Amino acid sequence: MRIAVLSGKGGTGKTLVSVNLAAVAEKATYIDCDVEEPNGHLFFKPEDIREETVSIQIPIANETLCNGCRQCVDFCKFNALAYIRNKLIVFEDVCHSCGGCVLLCPQKALGEKERGIGKVQKGRSGNVDVHTGILNTGEASGVPIIKKLLDDNKDAPSAVTIIDCPPGSACVVMESIQDADYCVLVAEPTLFGVHNLNMVYELVRLFQKPFGVVLNKCLEGENPAEKLCLKKNIQILGRIPFDHALGMLNSNAKIAVRENKTYQTIFAKLLDTVAKEVYHETAPHS
Amino acid sequence: MKQLLILSGKGGTGKTTIASALIRLSNAKAYADCDVDAPNLHLIAGRNSAPVNKDYYGLPKAAINPERCIQCDACRQNCRFAAVLVENGYTVDPFACEGCGVCEFVCPVGAVSLNPAVAGKRMLYRDEETVFSTAQLKMGSGNSGLLVTEVKKQMTAAAPPDTKLAIIDGSPGIGCPVIASLSGVDLVLMVAEPSVSGISDMERIVKTAAKFGTKAVVCVNKYDTNPENTKEIETFCKEQGLPFVGKVPFDESVVKAVNSGRAITDINCKSGEVVKAIYHRIMKLLFDEGGE
Amino acid sequence: MKIAIPVDQKSLETNVCVSFGRAPYFLIYDTTTKESVFLDNGAAASTGGAGIKAAQAIVDSSADALLTPRCGENAANVLKVAGIKIYKTIGDSTGHNIDAFVAGKLPLLDEIHAGFHGHGGN
Repeated sequence: MRIAVLSGKGGTGKTLVSVNLAAVAEKATYIDCDVEEPNGHLFFKPEDIREETVSIQIPIANETLCNGCRQCVDFCKFNALAYIRNKLIVFEDVCHSCGGCVLLCPQKALGEKERGIGKVQKGRSGNVDVHTGILNTGEASGVPIIKKLLDDNKDAPSAVTIIDCPPGSACVVMESIQDADYCVLVAEPTLFGVHNLNMVYELVRLFQKPFGVVLNKCLEGENPAEKLCLKKNIQILGRIPFDHALGMLNSNAKIAVRENKTYQTIFAKLLDTVAKEVYHETAPHS
Repeated sequence: MKQLLILSGKGGTGKTTIASALIRLSNAKAYADCDVDAPNLHLIAGRNSAPVNKDYYGLPKAAINPERCIQCDACRQNCRFAAVLVENGYTVDPFACEGCGVCEFVCPVGAVSLNPAVAGKRMLYRDEETVFSTAQLKMGSGNSGLLVTEVKKQMTAAAPPDTKLAIIDGSPGIGCPVIASLSGVDLVLMVAEPSVSGISDMERIVKTAAKFGTKAVVCVNKYDTNPENTKEIETFCKEQGLPFVGKVPFDESVVKAVNSGRAITDINCKSGEVVKAIYHRIMKLLFDEGGE
Repeated sequence: MKIAIPVDQKSLETNVCVSFGRAPYFLIYDTTTKESVFLDNGAAASTGGAGIKAAQAIVDSSADALLTPRCGENAANVLKVAGIKIYKTIGDSTGHNIDAFVAGKLPLLDEIHAGFHGHGGN
């Protein structure tokens, strides 16, 4: 089963939940799709890392064939091309790699070359295969890296795959949940948390993904996130109490379930609850 | 008018909580929320009047006219974003479409058109004394620096002429929206959290701001959740020559304040006291020429 | 010679625009004939690559120099290849900057800022 963990707001505990759910399973694959700021690998400290560059295709002009008609410059919606002093200049970091200029050049003067935008690292940490996507600083879009991470996992899925998603609800989040069988939404008990929870709630409903909420950092007193769940009839999968010791472990990048039996029990129970939900919601197949 | 931007790299460190406190303390006449994907500032820096809204247009989206379409499949084969779907005829997935225009170009019968697409909206709250500029990106839109730029422009254009200080609540990450928010800013306050993740992300954002040549200062929030990591951050700042302007303790009163829509400086609490001191240090750096 | 200046409105009395890539208009001023032409900046509404498109427009206008308060890296690259020099404006007034340029008083623009995709000095 493929489980995506998302939150809308940053800092609610996506990585805490993803990392620990993966670690508590018998065998799992953890995929870090937060390619701008991947953090899961800081907890797993994976070994035997294999690295692959992720590239996109960028146009390159054959100057002998180019006659300066500028149709490519005018066509490019991203303004990645300029024609100056009889030379075509390609702005590689602005190019979205759509291939349009190559297609339309009447002189067939445009070819393509590869350009690295980031990398995918795969390693192991005990029972977990750790796949991390890393976007190079300043690159426009992490989508190709997320696509590669998810495509690679299509071939050899573990029984449990946990997808740690980026915060927000922009296109990178949508890309990350594409293949998920189930979405776990992590919420914190603040007004900010609820506001952003609502956003991802709309998102998973739009994509018709079965989902449930984990209430994290629960304190005494009223919990606005819990209120929202009750109001909208959203399944509450579990409650993780606000806990200084857990916070300390997490801030030192320690995997809670590997350090302490109490947390192992909490997350094992959560994984079990999620597995039951996945079984109910999806057609019974592995 | 001086501009102060608040960033963090990692989400959830306390940008908005601290930004709202600084806005209260400084009585800033202009402020903005540049976290256009998940704006939150309006929940604390609440306003009574309704805002003026304006649609934000992102990249155009392709659409296929079913009456003209001859199902030749040229569009789907040439689309690099897997945005052409075939179920009951050919349609375009608006979430995947990047508005490149290739499908429109290859279609032999002119069945594809590119249409303007609303990707969000910007809002401007205004009364006699202050302006608050914010925006909301539509779900699934590409996170673009253009909307952030528009939010800032909207704020500067509407700011009362005697505005001395504008405060901008930034977005998490290191991407396009953050780069766009850095432009033209006089000082960046990095709010760091003392965790391994927080430190890693803070270092990435420091690198990003440095590339832009913007002056930056650092504070740690919830510092007592991990005093050792806090020390590590202080050492890092010293090595990088970044002024360390304070460390805010973890404070349960913060949740209570935020949940009732108030800034931490509106109530009596220890975190509020520290933020007051941070505020004074920042003001000195911004307004005392030659201060360091 | 012809100089280009990003401006807020289509008038010689207007202010120099704070941004080059997203300026609403460009003033193309001929210092010999004293003629002015205002161009609409198509790049202003672009979601990305605004500097590049704006710079291409300046190159196509046959300007010899650009006067601007700041300039991004991508635009600067285009102008460099084209051999167009970039000068740093002083203050808001379009008129004053034109006079200062003619008198040789404007400095060259040294600090080119990273593009909005952060590609400075990689």
